[in-house]
Amino acid sequence: MKPDQQNLWIYQLLLLIAVFVIWHALTATGILPPFFFGRPLIVLQKIWEWFASGKIYMHLAITLVETVLAFVAGTVLGLGIGLWLALSPTASALFDPYIKAVNSMPRVILAPIFAVWFGLGIWSKVALGVTLVFFIVFFNVYQGVKEVSPVVLNNARMLGATSRQLLRSVYLPSATSWVFSSLHTAVGMAFVGAVVGEYLGSAAGVGYLILQAESVFDINTVFAGILVLTGFALALDGLVTLAEKRLLVWRPAQSETEPL
Amino acid sequence: MTDHSALALENISVTFAARSAGATAYTAVRDTTLVVERGEFVAVVGPTGCGKSTLLNVAAGLLLPSQGRVTVFGTGLSGLNRHAGYLFQADALLPWLNALDNVAIGLRYGGSPKRDAHDRAREWLARVGLAHHGHRYPHQLSGGMKKRVALAQTLILDPDILLMDEPFSALDVQTRQLMENELLELWSADRKSVVFITHDLEEAIALSDRVVVLAAGPETHPIGEYPIDLPRPRDVAEIRLTPGFVELHRDIWHTMRDEVMKGYVQSQAQ
Repeated sequence: MKPDQQNLWIYQLLLLIAVFVIWHALTATGILPPFFFGRPLIVLQKIWEWFASGKIYMHLAITLVETVLAFVAGTVLGLGIGLWLALSPTASALFDPYIKAVNSMPRVILAPIFAVWFGLGIWSKVALGVTLVFFIVFFNVYQGVKEVSPVVLNNARMLGATSRQLLRSVYLPSATSWVFSSLHTAVGMAFVGAVVGEYLGSAAGVGYLILQAESVFDINTVFAGILVLTGFALALDGLVTLAEKRLLVWRPAQSETEPL
Repeated sequence: MTDHSALALENISVTFAARSAGATAYTAVRDTTLVVERGEFVAVVGPTGCGKSTLLNVAAGLLLPSQGRVTVFGTGLSGLNRHAGYLFQADALLPWLNALDNVAIGLRYGGSPKRDAHDRAREWLARVGLAHHGHRYPHQLSGGMKKRVALAQTLILDPDILLMDEPFSALDVQTRQLMENELLELWSADRKSVVFITHDLEEAIALSDRVVVLAAGPETHPIGEYPIDLPRPRDVAEIRLTPGFVELHRDIWHTMRDEVMKGYVQSQAQ
């Protein structure tokens, strides 16, 4: 049976199981040292324990709050400033070199500074996440506004749109489709900001759990933390896809046919 | 404003600045005068790339001429031409709005409440034969349907002047003749002033009261004007077969032919 639309997920699941089986086989036989590579059964057991005992919820909640706050704040800032700079040539020319400079800077090094400024609570992690998310969204909005079809723009103007109405009915929807393609990356980046922030100094969060486990060479717990984070990153990404489908109904899908 | 023309372009020249150092400035239109009377349907024909659209953009107020004056019902034009509706050659519908919202958008810009705007947009969709397609987005409509929506989108605002830039050039021949007949029918209801740009001489004669022939670009300017005294109402498919049409076509083509050849040679040289 060849993989097709209906049964593709079975094959995808089989692939995942295969990876775990190989991992298990390699570590159980000692080809890979379990001390460095962990044991998948213990990793899964650890995850089960976390959820069964409820110990993980508090940490997960903190990491998720950090991620969501960074994601929302970074997206709103990126959208606002992106629209502003794209529509104001003077401001754009003025800020251009600084935007490039800040963007090319490895922003993770800001984490210690944020820790000093905002303390070891969630806000230093949110700040780090915002700096990561902002630029992704910003550049996409900027591009989105620049790519607005001049014909559509002129048409709207001839139909009597004021500049505020142009922003609402032309620039914003056009930028939105670009923003959504960036949001998938942005969600990942918000997670990176939260976890790296926690990893560098915190008292709670999944990154903190991983850091603790690592300091006592508990590699199984490290893997467990990574798997839990991956699961939730996927879930957030799914939410973005859901929102995208609802908001971008006007966009043509590849070779779309309509059932009668 | 009783005896003023609807639209007057007086001694218009349009020169585009050189894009880079070393390149020379490009003069698209030179010293062109074009007057459109109230209720008159004027077709402007010329070889491809001769600057027809440039002239229309000047009339719409989207482009400021380097020289000359535009008056609309006797008043000098500054900024956008608020008396004019513009039907573009390319797809100009807002792709993120469905057909109904696209038709209603002009009224919404003008501050109409959503319900009123939608009611009138529904009437207009029905008038262009798309009563049941209001929920569709532009990418779900065929080329001819999109043109109908665009026509409704422009006409719903009841402009005094209609500027049309090769609106049907992307359509197949049958759809095109349907659209042309529909345009004539809509136009005959309230006789707006129309400037219809096209490179198709047959289309120009079949639709208009007067055909203006432009020279090949650059520095295009009118080289001939022909009143079209064919009786109305017309059917664009049938009128092409009448002796009067054939005669006019021969006369105007005689003037146009050399320009078309010039335009062709220039496009080859580029």
